[in-house]
Amino acid sequence: MNDKFLNGNEAVAYGVLLAKPHVVAAYPITPQTKAVEKISQFVQDGDLDCEYMHVESEHSAMACSIGASSVGARTFTATSSQGLLYMLECLPYASGARLPIVMMNANRAIATPWNIYGDQMDIMYALNSGWVQLFVEDAQEALDVTLQAFKLAEHKDVLAPVVVNLDGFVLTHTYEKVSIPASSEVDAFLPPIAKYDHIMSDEHPMSMCISAGNHQNQGFKQLQHEALFNAEGVFETIEREFSTQFGRAYGGAVDSYRMDDAEIAMLTTGSVTGTARVVVDELRREGIKAGLIKLRMVRPFPTKRLLEVVADLKGLVVFDKNVSFGYEGTIFTNVNSALMQSGKMLKVENVIGGLGGRDIPHHEIKSAYMNLIDKKNSKQVRFSDEEVTA
Amino acid sequence: MKNFKMSPKPVLKSLNDYPMGSSMPSFHITEGNAGWRVYRPVINHEKCVSCYRCYYVCPDGAIHKEEDNSFHVDYDFCKGCGVCAHECKLKAIDMVKEA
Repeated sequence: MNDKFLNGNEAVAYGVLLAKPHVVAAYPITPQTKAVEKISQFVQDGDLDCEYMHVESEHSAMACSIGASSVGARTFTATSSQGLLYMLECLPYASGARLPIVMMNANRAIATPWNIYGDQMDIMYALNSGWVQLFVEDAQEALDVTLQAFKLAEHKDVLAPVVVNLDGFVLTHTYEKVSIPASSEVDAFLPPIAKYDHIMSDEHPMSMCISAGNHQNQGFKQLQHEALFNAEGVFETIEREFSTQFGRAYGGAVDSYRMDDAEIAMLTTGSVTGTARVVVDELRREGIKAGLIKLRMVRPFPTKRLLEVVADLKGLVVFDKNVSFGYEGTIFTNVNSALMQSGKMLKVENVIGGLGGRDIPHHEIKSAYMNLIDKKNSKQVRFSDEEVTA
Repeated sequence: MKNFKMSPKPVLKSLNDYPMGSSMPSFHITEGNAGWRVYRPVINHEKCVSCYRCYYVCPDGAIHKEEDNSFHVDYDFCKGCGVCAHECKLKAIDMVKEA
């Protein structure tokens, strides 16, 4: 192992280097560019023996990834924002064909008004695409989860594509000390991709992405749906193996911080978790029993695990870096559905913030927590700046 | 449908019979779409070198390989989209207007 000073993009690139994919097909887009630039450099320098396809668009990046993966290649791509939307049509082809492609997505705002900065609006468009959705908080986690993502995608009980989400700029462009695992250790953790019956070859040709009519189509979707649920348990097993080998663990699908005796909590995805952790420590010093839930997996949705974590809570605020126009934050919708299934009547609020890279200051996080106690703002769903103006 | 020896149509009675994913040997799953067809693909066996290209790209898996390595279109299932003819590098497939 050796330590390097890397940003989130580069951390993912090192993860890809160690995972040794056969094919990388990608189109550069801010704020993902540095990741694919670094990977192409690895290939150019001969450090990574891989076919790097510099395609003309994200739609082609995913189409090429599907082709490569359909013949058994370990395949990686990366995108962001409008690029993700451009390739969106191809995403369900990859998942429906049960192809274990791994993708990095640098979470970025969606037009319009157009900007290049970070929020999580983009990936919410892909929530129903059949891809496993993971969110990471820092550069080390980005590298580690990239390695885990290949193992997860290629697991026989999952065989689904996986997207690893990194908050644009806050994570993709912030430099941190990152521990790079030794290649031999990664080889022991992540063996070569297995040969599966649904993967074609010259000896085993197949008609690609066939049609299935009115009667049979639903059966395929049903099987895909059931298999995706397996990803939660497999992910937790893989993380335990990773932890045994590399000494780092992140809490599986749902990580919790100071939740043991917590009465109020915030639920976060991605990099905002770091700020919330600081706020929790501060609230604890003030005698408030606050905790934090870091949702690391959004599909499959870890309902059971989440319900265990919130079992003794009195109030929960969900922080969404996205808005589903005309409704509420998408993570909030998902969390609420899980709570309903348990029949648990928990006071839940939704704060939407950080859109288009807007700063999420400490005091906004803190007032979101405090509103669960003092109830100064009666709106259940609100934008983060309303916390201070209300 | 014709009784192609190399690719018999499987029977899907329960979910356990379904294959993994959506790429599979021809005629695994398909619907009778012959009524959609305006042009029919006709394979010229003099030109065909059995490269599999049409087989891979047929969205309905309506092209078969027989034991003698020859490729055949099942016209009960081909909807006449023409992807096979478009993709054939040797122009060994003609799209012929239905009578």
